[in-house]
Amino acid sequence: MSKSITIALAGNPNSGKTTLFNAFTGARHSVGNWAGVTVERKEGKIEHNNEQINIVDLPGTYSLSPYSLEEVVARNYIVDESPDVVLNIVDASNIERNLYLSTQLIELGKPVVIALNMMDVAEKKGHKIDCKKLSELLGVPVVPVIAAQKKGIQELLNTILEVAKGKISCTPSDVDYGKEIEVKIKETIEVLKDNIHAHKFNLRWLALKVLEEDEVILKTIKVDLSKLQLQEQIAVTSEIALKDDLGSMIVSRKYTHIAKIISKAIKKPKVAGLSTSDKVDKILINRWLGLPIFAALMYMVFGFTFNIGNIFLDLIDGSFAALGEMVGASLEAAGTAEWLNSLIVDGIISGIGGVLTFVPNIAFLFIALGILEDSGYMARVAFIMDRAMRRVGLSGKAFIPMLMGFGCSVPAVMGTRTLEEESDRLTTILVTPFMSCGARLPIYILFAGVFFPGKEGVVVYSLYMLGILVAVLAALTFKKTLFKGEEVPFIMELPPYRMPTIRGTGLHVWEKVKGYILKAGTVIFAASLIIWFLLGFNLSGVSEMPQSIGASIGKVFAPIFTPLGFGNWQATLALITGLLAKEAVVSSMAVIYGLGETVGSAAVDGDVVGFISTLKTSGFTQLSAYAFMVFTLLYTPCIAVVAVIKRETNSWRWAGFSMVYQFVVAWVVALLVYQVGGLLGF
Amino acid sequence: MPLSMISNGQSVLLTDINWGPKLKKKLQDMGLTPGVEMIVISNDTNGSFILKVRDSRLVLGCSVTQQIMVQSIV
Repeated sequence: MSKSITIALAGNPNSGKTTLFNAFTGARHSVGNWAGVTVERKEGKIEHNNEQINIVDLPGTYSLSPYSLEEVVARNYIVDESPDVVLNIVDASNIERNLYLSTQLIELGKPVVIALNMMDVAEKKGHKIDCKKLSELLGVPVVPVIAAQKKGIQELLNTILEVAKGKISCTPSDVDYGKEIEVKIKETIEVLKDNIHAHKFNLRWLALKVLEEDEVILKTIKVDLSKLQLQEQIAVTSEIALKDDLGSMIVSRKYTHIAKIISKAIKKPKVAGLSTSDKVDKILINRWLGLPIFAALMYMVFGFTFNIGNIFLDLIDGSFAALGEMVGASLEAAGTAEWLNSLIVDGIISGIGGVLTFVPNIAFLFIALGILEDSGYMARVAFIMDRAMRRVGLSGKAFIPMLMGFGCSVPAVMGTRTLEEESDRLTTILVTPFMSCGARLPIYILFAGVFFPGKEGVVVYSLYMLGILVAVLAALTFKKTLFKGEEVPFIMELPPYRMPTIRGTGLHVWEKVKGYILKAGTVIFAASLIIWFLLGFNLSGVSEMPQSIGASIGKVFAPIFTPLGFGNWQATLALITGLLAKEAVVSSMAVIYGLGETVGSAAVDGDVVGFISTLKTSGFTQLSAYAFMVFTLLYTPCIAVVAVIKRETNSWRWAGFSMVYQFVVAWVVALLVYQVGGLLGF
Repeated sequence: MPLSMISNGQSVLLTDINWGPKLKKKLQDMGLTPGVEMIVISNDTNGSFILKVRDSRLVLGCSVTQQIMVQSIV
């Protein structure tokens, strides 16, 4: 077999780049970072017609300017690594803006293949696109695809292979920049011809970058613009003949070039009035209705998570109980030692079972959030929240990573990379863990189910809203004290509404759920084992639970929580294990309250969540249970989040700070809930 | 006049962007070049604007709309 072919996937945000990448690779890909920078790098390997193809997903960008990290990463990859083919995905329904990036990619001088995505959407809009003509005018192959339905993927791969092997030759057409600029380009090329650092670049592209005064490029080719002598001439010409700075003129001419191509290759009906998407927006992001609709949708999300999820909950719970019973009975029959029997049944099965029981709820939470995201609504939330966020000193864009925090704080913290201003990014990183993640949901479901039967939905909803409120207030405090900075201009594209596909959203949800289950098998497994040992033994050997090491540890720290209403060692110990992973609070409680007085004496007859009846009589009241939930919502993030904060801020100081200040905030808020609630007679 | 003064549904032509090179380039890359036609879809729904430009919808915060100079189409 010949050597593998590398293709780089480039495209605008919202052009369906991820969908196409997934259509190629399924869920088989590796995720990492681009060397030295915090930009995500995805790579996947596939085989087509007996050829190995390596697909590198470049960051989604609108351009290849030197001003953003993503854009520099994308263009450096194409220039330095020289992929065999640059695959440019273009949204057919938004072709004008998308082709802007295409012209830049083509100018880089590497073979480009264009995948014209969302042909169905464009057709529905009445756009008639002549792909052959478009390909002729651009000078590169154009393949129509519908990535969401996996249509056209085989044809696309065939074309890519043919281009990579040189069977299709591309003769890209140059953008006509007009006489004045073309003269400048020629002059600059003459100057650059002998530059030893310029060999890897396409000279015409390089000349354009020099004329645009692209700092990164000037540094790379070690050219000092003032010594180039060109500058003076440029300045004079541009002022007199071009009336605008050269950079702007170059952008304008590119768009003119694109407009010309479009007028020849595409027939668009004259649209009168607003599109359906615009009409929907009139309501969904209306000045008065926007926020209430968002609040109502969120209520529906959690209602959905709770009510539908719980239908399956009993089912899974029952099967774990049956499993525990079966394993317990067969172990007993096999004559295994009592302690081993208890370790497996009371430690492992009830610990992991306690967490896995909530898989349906987690799955439905991710389904609901996935639908909101894939439909394009999440981007609208940034718009709706912009006014509130601006009062806080952040732009609406900062709300998107915070919303991602409803799933898991780890990707949410990484999602802050889209924020341009460093102080905004730090603030958002520090407040995002207040947004209640999926791992905290089992705790609420457990406690709300036991102590607030019939009112679970409202209780859980109130916690999520409290999380948002605390996050926003914390952001306000940070912006007013630690990170005073200027307001960052808010610029964002609003993607059109799209119907989420079962495949797209499903893949998303499956990855998240798989992560949750894996965590149950690893971190939670380890935590359950540790808890079981801590509860069954003390320094002199096997002991009664109240005298065990675990109980002693809990008792040392329990007084801290006495003013909050849950100063018992069981809750304290569960909270400590929650630092490993928030689900561990539930698995630990399952082990603590599920175990009998001593190891081995646990009844094997109840169900796994049979510890619920013990939990009911464990001294929690409605008020202290609520204070406990508030505390788990807000307190110190789990180690995975602390690690990612360290990585993203590149400082242990911020990671340590977030651990301490979140604990303090959680303690104070839970104290207020418990004490004020007590005064009010709850 | 600045874009911030334009009311809903009006079409305008962009004349200039009063901003440093970084943001100016960013806006230009998203299609806001001199002479381009823009339609104001929503004006100040929440302090920010929604524009239709080159077939896409852009959200611009109020500080941005004050720096974009436009001219109405007669």
